[in-house]
Order: sequence, then structure tokens, then C-alpha cells
Amino acid sequence: MKGAHMSRRLLMASCALIYFFLMLPLLVVFPISLSSAPYMQFPPPGFSWQWYERYLDDPQWIDATWRSLYIGAATSVFALALGVPLAFALVRGKFFGRTLLDRVALAPIIVPHIIFAVAVYGLFAKLKLIGTWYGLVVGHTVLALPFVVLVIAAGLRDFDRSLEQAAEGLGASRWQTLRRVTLPLLRPSLVSAGLLAFISSFDEVVVALFLAGANMTLPKKMFDNIMMEIDPTIAAVSVIQILLVSVVLVLIGRFGRGLSGSAR
Amino acid sequence: MFSNRSGFWPAVPALILLFAFFLFPVVRMLGFSVEAGTLDWYAKALGEGLYIRVLWNTFEIALLVTLFCLLLGYPLGFLMATTTPFWATMGFIFVLLPLWTSVLVRTYAWMVLLGRNGVFNRTLMEAGITTDPIPLLHNFTGVLIGMVHVLLPYMVLPIYGAVRKVDPAIPAAAAGLGASNWRIFWRIWLPLTLNGVFAGCVLVFILSLGFYITPALLGGGRVIMIAVLIEQQVREALNWPFAAALSAVLLVATFLVYTLAQRFSQPEQAR
Repeated sequence: MKGAHMSRRLLMASCALIYFFLMLPLLVVFPISLSSAPYMQFPPPGFSWQWYERYLDDPQWIDATWRSLYIGAATSVFALALGVPLAFALVRGKFFGRTLLDRVALAPIIVPHIIFAVAVYGLFAKLKLIGTWYGLVVGHTVLALPFVVLVIAAGLRDFDRSLEQAAEGLGASRWQTLRRVTLPLLRPSLVSAGLLAFISSFDEVVVALFLAGANMTLPKKMFDNIMMEIDPTIAAVSVIQILLVSVVLVLIGRFGRGLSGSAR
Repeated sequence: MFSNRSGFWPAVPALILLFAFFLFPVVRMLGFSVEAGTLDWYAKALGEGLYIRVLWNTFEIALLVTLFCLLLGYPLGFLMATTTPFWATMGFIFVLLPLWTSVLVRTYAWMVLLGRNGVFNRTLMEAGITTDPIPLLHNFTGVLIGMVHVLLPYMVLPIYGAVRKVDPAIPAAAAGLGASNWRIFWRIWLPLTLNGVFAGCVLVFILSLGFYITPALLGGGRVIMIAVLIEQQVREALNWPFAAALSAVLLVATFLVYTLAQRFSQPEQAR
């Protein structure tokens, strides 16, 4: 049994190193964002809020942030509106071609984003949709749809249908059953799916690079800044983004339901 | 086509979106590659030395990223699946937090860490290990480190799932019968978790093939992967037919790996 302890220790030590590797970039960003140095320097020589102030004082950054927030919100709404019925059809429908439909619904995950981005850029350039916020919402909705379908379908597979049958047996119409029984019971999945769709849009870079034009989203503005100069303002924006995503994840943990976990 | 339409109609709005703004633009763009009526653009993509190098680069990086993710991901997934619930939760947080942090944030952090005046080189030089900064950024090494970091969680999660499914009585029985830890790993854990290993590898490999952001930023124009080449052809060279041919090559490669993987894992899923 001594050997078992030894190899367990070895495993834990190597995992500690791998976790360190995973967390290292996140750990570096925090001190840099609070640096008093006028340029990128690590470890920072002193403390200051200057990069956060610079972010808050720059209308370009603030505009980009607002744009990303409302594009994310709109994406979340559309992805739910289209994805929830699609998940119902995939899980409960009985029709020829359902397996094919399943593949089509998940295709936006498998097709590399660069191909989708270039393709939709070609089409939207023709339709004069480059630089419009709704053009981006359309692109992001396509990418968010598979996440919504996966989460809602998982929720529907574990669903206890006898509750719906009971409602209908007691005289509820199909619409009433859907609104008063099915959707409330699915709420954790709906919350998770909506928030996932929001994050997937809020973080999305490749499609935004092509479709955003002069109207930057937050990730596109960050990409351009990183390409041009390594300015610690990026670190401040990064910290704000990490905090925002953490809040969303806590919300999913509190009110939502994971892909694989059972309902809590 | 849909002879029995029971429950089909709710899928219609989403299908319209997918056809109009996903399938149609992709097929339309791919069509540019054969617009001239010849396969010349494919001959260029698959025949000219420069572009063969890009394809080979892409393949090599994807393979190495998959290998490193497996080497780092297996111990993590294994530990998370076999430890106490508290540590498993902590493990999940440490894997999911980077996963949900923007790829841009992480790539930026790696630039800070790996640059000429970055954290690593400063530390090494102050410790007297090297006198000149080691080139870690804007080269193969940098792209590899950045991509492994981004894709590692996609390897850990399926492996974690596979390890969780193994009945702990089996390795315990082997240990009781006097098998060494190595033997238990090679003869029991690895074969029983191969499904998860396979799923993780396919996922990471497919994602690596079409990766854009990390190679674009950490490669600094010196490490060209196919996604970066496609972007350059569209935005700088304005050569749509060639970009379309490259996209078709990338798409076929991705689908080939995906289909082979599906075929491979079918008997396991049917259990």
C-alpha cells in the first residue's frame, strides 16, 4: 500500500503544476491591471487605478462594452426563441430525418469558425449588413444555437412527462400545459442556455472581426489593441471581463442547470 | 421528405435561420473555388510548396497540441474523478474558470509572460540561467503553449466523465490481488477510459485544425496556420476563390476526422 500512496502523491504534485499552468495567465493579469508603471512591466513597481480609469474615460472602450452587452442580450433572446422549439422537435418529435436534423443543428459547432465568419462576411457584404449590430446578432445566434439545443435537449430527456399528462388529464389545454407546467419545470435549463448563449456572443471574436466593421465589439477592440500595442489597459479590461463571466457562472450554478449534472 | 410530420413544425424557424445564414453562405462561398470551372485553386492549395508547408504546419501543431493536452489532461481528469467531492469541485472551478475566460485575455497574458522582456525571460536572466532572452513568442513554441492552454479543458472534461464511469471495485480488486499501480493503470484504467480519451483527442484535434485567434496573435505572422491563411486571403489578398478552396480543404479535413471518430466510437455508445 506504500506504493499506492507514493503514486498518489506524484499524481497530486503533477496536477498541482498543471493547475498552476492553467491559472497562470489569469493570475498575471490582475497585478498588471493595477500597475503604476506607464508601460507593461512585471512585477509592477507600485499600485494605481490608472488603467481602469483609462478604460472608463475612453468612450471607445465604453461604446464597445455596451455594444457587446446588447448584442449578447439580443443573441440570447433569439437563440432561446429559435433553439427551445428546435430542441423540443429533436427530443419529442417523431419524423423522418430527425437524425439528419440533429446533425444540422450541431453543425455550427463543428464547422471551424473562420469558415463561417468568412462565408457570412461574403454574404453580408452583398447585403450591406457589415457594421450593423443586427448583422452580428444573426451571426452570433447561429453560433449560440447549438449550445441552447444541447442544454435544453438534455433537460428535456430527463423530464418527467407524467406531470404533463396529469395536467392534460385534469383538463388543461396543450398551451396551458406548456406555459404552466413544462416551461416552469425547464426553467433551470432555460437559464443555463440563455446565459451560455450570452457568454458565447459576449466572448466571440472571429465572426466579430469580420462583421463588426467600424462598430467595435469589446472582443474586437481588444484584438485590435493586442495586435497594435501591449497596453496595460487590456489587463484592466481583462479583469473586468473575468469578473463579469464569473458572475454569470455563479448565476448558472445558482439558478441554472449544467449540461450533464442532474437538476439540483 | 418528412412523411410523418409529428412534432416537426417547432424546428422550422431555427431551420430557416440555419439554412439562410449558415448553410447557404458556406455553400455559396465554397462555390467560389470552382467558379472558373477548373480545380486550379485546389491544385494551388495542395500543390505549391508554400501552401503545403502551411497545411503541414497546421497538421503538426494540431497533433502536438492534442498530444500535450492528453499528457496534461489525463492526470487532471483522473484526479478530479477519484478525489473527495470538495477537491473535485475545486478542480472543476480551476478548469472552468480559464475555459470561460476570454481567449483574448489568456492570449494577452501569455504575451506578457513569454515576451522578450516577459516574466519568464526576466526570471531566467535574473537567476543567471541565460544571458539572452529565449525566443518564446512569435514562434512555434508560443503558439503551442497558448493553444494547449486554451484547449486543455476540452480534454479534461471527457476524461473526467470516463473515469467516473469506471466501477471502483475493479481497480480495488486488482490491487487486492497484488497488481502494481502501473499494471492497474495500463491494464484497467486506460482500457476502460479509452472512450473518453478518444473523445477528448478528437475534440481538441478538430478545434486545433481551425484555430485562428491564438496562432494569429502568438504566431506573430511567422507561424501560419490554415485559418490565418484563409483570413489573409480574404482580407489582404482579396482572393476569394483561393480562400474558398482552402476553406474546403479545412472543412473536408474536419469532417473526415469527425466522421471517423463517430464510426469508431459507435459500439461504445450503443452499450
